[in-house]
Parts: sequence; structure tokens; C-alpha cells
Amino acid sequence: MEIVVIGAGIIGLATAWRTAARGAAVTLVDPDPCGGATAVAAGMLAPVGELAYGEEELLRLGLESRGRYPDFVAELEEQTGLNAGYHGAGLVQVAYDADDFAQLTELRTFQESLGIPVVALTGREARELEPMLAPGVRGGLFAADDGSVDPRLLAPALLAAAEKLGARVVRRRAAEVIVTGGRAAGVRLDDGTELSADRVLLAAGAWSGDVGGLPPGTLPPVRPVKGQVLRLRARGPFLTRTVRGLVRGSHVYLVPRADGEIVVGATQEELGFDDRVTAGGLWELLRDARDLVPGVTELEFAEVRAGLRPGSPDNAPVMGAAEGVPGLVLATGHFRNGVLLAPVSADVLTAALLDGTVPDVGVPFLPSRF
Amino acid sequence: MSDDRLVIAGEEFGSRLIMGTGGAPSLQVLAEALTASGTELTTVAMRRVDPAARGSVLDVLRDCGVRVLPNTAGCFTAGEAVLTARLAREALGTPWVKLEVIADERTLLPDPVELLDAAERLVADGFVVLPYTNDDPVLARRLEQAGCAAVMPLGSPIGSGLGIRNPHNIELIVESAGVPVVLDAGIGTASDAALAMELGCDAVLLATAVTRAQRPATMATAMRHAVESGRLARLAGRIPRRHLAQASSPGRALPVGRASARPGSGPL
Repeated sequence: MEIVVIGAGIIGLATAWRTAARGAAVTLVDPDPCGGATAVAAGMLAPVGELAYGEEELLRLGLESRGRYPDFVAELEEQTGLNAGYHGAGLVQVAYDADDFAQLTELRTFQESLGIPVVALTGREARELEPMLAPGVRGGLFAADDGSVDPRLLAPALLAAAEKLGARVVRRRAAEVIVTGGRAAGVRLDDGTELSADRVLLAAGAWSGDVGGLPPGTLPPVRPVKGQVLRLRARGPFLTRTVRGLVRGSHVYLVPRADGEIVVGATQEELGFDDRVTAGGLWELLRDARDLVPGVTELEFAEVRAGLRPGSPDNAPVMGAAEGVPGLVLATGHFRNGVLLAPVSADVLTAALLDGTVPDVGVPFLPSRF
Repeated sequence: MSDDRLVIAGEEFGSRLIMGTGGAPSLQVLAEALTASGTELTTVAMRRVDPAARGSVLDVLRDCGVRVLPNTAGCFTAGEAVLTARLAREALGTPWVKLEVIADERTLLPDPVELLDAAERLVADGFVVLPYTNDDPVLARRLEQAGCAAVMPLGSPIGSGLGIRNPHNIELIVESAGVPVVLDAGIGTASDAALAMELGCDAVLLATAVTRAQRPATMATAMRHAVESGRLARLAGRIPRRHLAQASSPGRALPVGRASARPGSGPL
């Protein structure tokens, strides 16, 4: 079985690894492998903290994927000898003022109604877990099973694992899917080169709606949603686990890495394919991060970048066989959760590509729902 | 009641519920809520959307058949607001603008001086200006005098859900206004929207009360009914308030025997 994967972001890479492990001949097509939104993402593994009304199915998928993470990472690290940057120390979510605390309490009630174990924290308890938190934080929640992974380590490890199993990378842009007799038969690159395939996986993130060659209505309804993310560097101990905060109604997170990097994010902006960093975006991140963790202003500035998340109309991924074009499988719309959802997505997509089946966990996310 | 239409700057609307898009968890939830609300006019923050981008909130409004009312949310000075309105007019081809000039991020209350300044400049530039204003009858009058097509006083701060904190001021604004009055901001639940209409407002503008509800489409339906109910109650004319009770049926004046001997004939 020959598979061409359009897009070597976290979803394309994870699926390439899993399908190659089952003997498929995989070609990844991407001008910038391990780039795009994957290179900007903070890598929070926080299905519980991301919970929103009406998104219970997405929560279940997130919980399932988070549960698969330890084995996923262990297997990957064993096969490659590389560190994937997994950090499973739990997540503290805190409220800055009384209004934020009321909102967080509403979230806890909702979480409990779904049977999710969360621990309520007083402000004092939250600060015992993370002493750098501002003295005034009102209280919070502790999600013991949430955590983080560094996508800048995970993605190259996935690429290395896939290459070890024979996958190859073509550093070009995919111009269009070649459709022959109604079936996806390969991919034409931007230099005109054709790659033939038995299956094509479209995993181009926010750009998935831009690939040519397909009949109208085939492309998934995804749009870019910009996120600005800031990276700081601590010289000594700063935070021990991911901190999420609600600060006067806005969301901010700080994700610590083992090497002292602190990732602060993220804005959410509907501005098309605009990946410029703005003064206002930076200011909002720093303002909220400083209110929550005053010490951030003492950290070294390392980097700031904007990424484009692939947003679908219901914020959930679009995964499975494309309607009307046999041989084409879609894998996009992962929005804020691409890194979290990588292990379960890879399993769902491997079943779609190699077996033509849909595991139960993937049923709510088929492209046919749009 | 189909002839009871909202008219702003000569344009007619069948629905008196104007929606905002802020706070919607997803575009799909927003689309469901807009459809359920029956709204025909919905406001969008121009600083947070690219009109040329595909699949944006503007596409959702287009698909729902809702007219777009660009707004200047996020502007702190008249200068920014005028610039944002001009960009919106260029991008969307509409001279309509919901004018917001905010004083500070903590309260998001309108800055009255900048607001009036921006309104005067935009009116002079040919805009149809719908200003989001404080619940101040004097400022509302000044905005109308400046040529605004409507005035949109707040019930309470944006997103607070505190309802209408000064109903008397809203009544004063309604009494003297010669342009439509739209209650904008502070609506928390359906009774707040109904009250706004009972006070004589011509329409209600809300977003958060629906978009952040646990079931947005259901709350949108509630708001649609509330606005219709409040409007009908206003037109029907409420009874005067009394200190003591007054029996609703004049039973004592009717001989009991006669009423029961001729069932169905009613009191004569």
C-alpha cells in the first residue's frame, strides 16, 4: 500500500509513523516538515481544562488521546532514542478575580456532571503547588492527569521514527490531488512532479482547504485561526507544571519545559492567513501572564511567533474518508487540540487508510457531518 | 403584528432582536443561535475579523441571511473608531456602523467625550451611526442631535449579565428620543430583554447572554420570544399599578341563580 501524506505536522507525522509500522510505503509532502502550527503550539495535554458546553464528544476524544500518550511516547522514544518532551505532572487552573472564580466554579460543576475527577483548590492550595502564582489568585482546580509535551521534540521524533520504517519526505508543496476515474490516485507537487498513491491523506492543517484538483464540496470546511505564542526562558526553578489562568475573563497559559523554557499563549484571532506578531497580542499575553505569575517579567525573552490553527465549524477534527472521492482521507480541523489528539487521530486515520474502517471513537468526527 | 416593523435609517427589519457574535464557542454554535434568534441584523467586531478570509464569522452571517452591522469594538479614541469604521465601510460596502468607543478595559463603559466626537465625524462622513452609549438621557439626546440614526444605551456593562440597572433612565431616553432606542449590553436572561421592550425600547442588542449560555440556541429562542412579548406588552398598554387589590371579575353584581340558569350567556 502506497500512501502520500500531505502535511508533515503533528497529525501527518503521527499517522505516517503508525501506517509505516504496519508496512505501508509512506511519502510525506511538506515544504517545511515539523513546521506550521506544530512548531508554534505549546503542547498542552489538557482535555479537561479545554472543556466547553456542547463539546462533550470532543472531550471524550481528548481523554482517550491523553490516556494513550504515555505508551505512545514510550514506544516512540524506544524506537528512536530521542526525547519527546513529555511532562505528565498535572495542570493547575487558577482564577484571578472573583468573576473568574465564579466562571471556573461553573466549569467545575460541568466537569463533575460529566464524571471527570477534578480537585478544587483554594488560592493558598494553588500557591502551595505553584509558589510563583500571584498572592491574590482566588482559587483553582487541579487536573492530575493533564500535562504537556514539547511539539518541537515530539514532531522530529515522529519524523525520525517514520523514516526508520522507510517513510520518505518530499520538501515541496502539494499543488493538487490527482483524481483518476473518480479516485484519488496521487499528488501533483508545485514543480509538476507526480507522486502516485493508493491512498492520499490530506493533513495540511489550516491549508487543507487550499489543495486543488478536487471536486467542489470535497475539501473540509477549515479556516485559519491565528494564535500568538511567546517563549521565555527561566534560569532556575520557576513553574513545575502547566498553569492555566482565567484573568478578567481572558485565558492565558504558561507551560514549563525541562530546559527552563516557559511557553506563554495564546491569542485566538480570525484574520485569515495572517501570521504577523502584533504589539497588542504580545501585550495581552504579557499583561495576563504577569497578573497571574508576577515573576514572568524577570525571565529572558526567547521568541514570539504566530501559528495558524485549523478551525472547523464545530471546533472538532474532521477525520476519515472524504465524501465522493475514494482513496482520499481527510485529517484536519484539530484546532487548539492537534498535539493532544495526535495519538488517537493516528489510530483512527490508520484504520481509515489501511482497513477502511472507523473505530468507535472516531465516529463523531467523520467528514460526512458537514 | 407583521406590520410592526423596526425602522432604522429608512431600513425595515421584521425582528427587533439584534445579535452580536462575541463569545460564541464555535461557528456552528453561533450559526444555530443566530437562526434560532430570528435576527436580521448582527454586529461583528471589525478589529477581530478579516473580511476577505474564507470560512469566517462573516460567512456564517451570509449563510444565515443576516445583515452585517460592523462595530468598532476595542477602540479607545475617536480617531481609532473613525479609522475602523472607514475600513469597515471599504471592506463590507456598508455605511452602517455600530460605534463603540470604550473608556477602559475594566468596565468597558463608553467614553462619552470620544463617543460624541467620533459620532459627529462619522455622521459628517456619511455614515449611518448607531452609537453604543451610557444610559445617560443627556448624552443620548446629544448623540441624536449629532445625527445618529439610533441610540443604544447600555442596561449594564458589556458581558456582565446584570440586566437593566437604571430602568428610569432608559424610560427617559425613550420618552425624548426621536430615533430608535436599542438597549445594548447587560442583558443576562430573557426577562431582561422583555423589560427593555416594555420600557419602550425599539429593539434589543445582545450577545453574551446567548453565546455563553449552556445551550445557546435555546437561549436565543428565549430571547426572540422575550423581545416579541415585551414589544406586545408595550403596545398592549400595561395596567396601572394599584396599592390594593381589585377583583378581576365583578361576581357580586350578578345574581347567582340567573348566571347558572343560562350557562354560557355571560354576565349581562
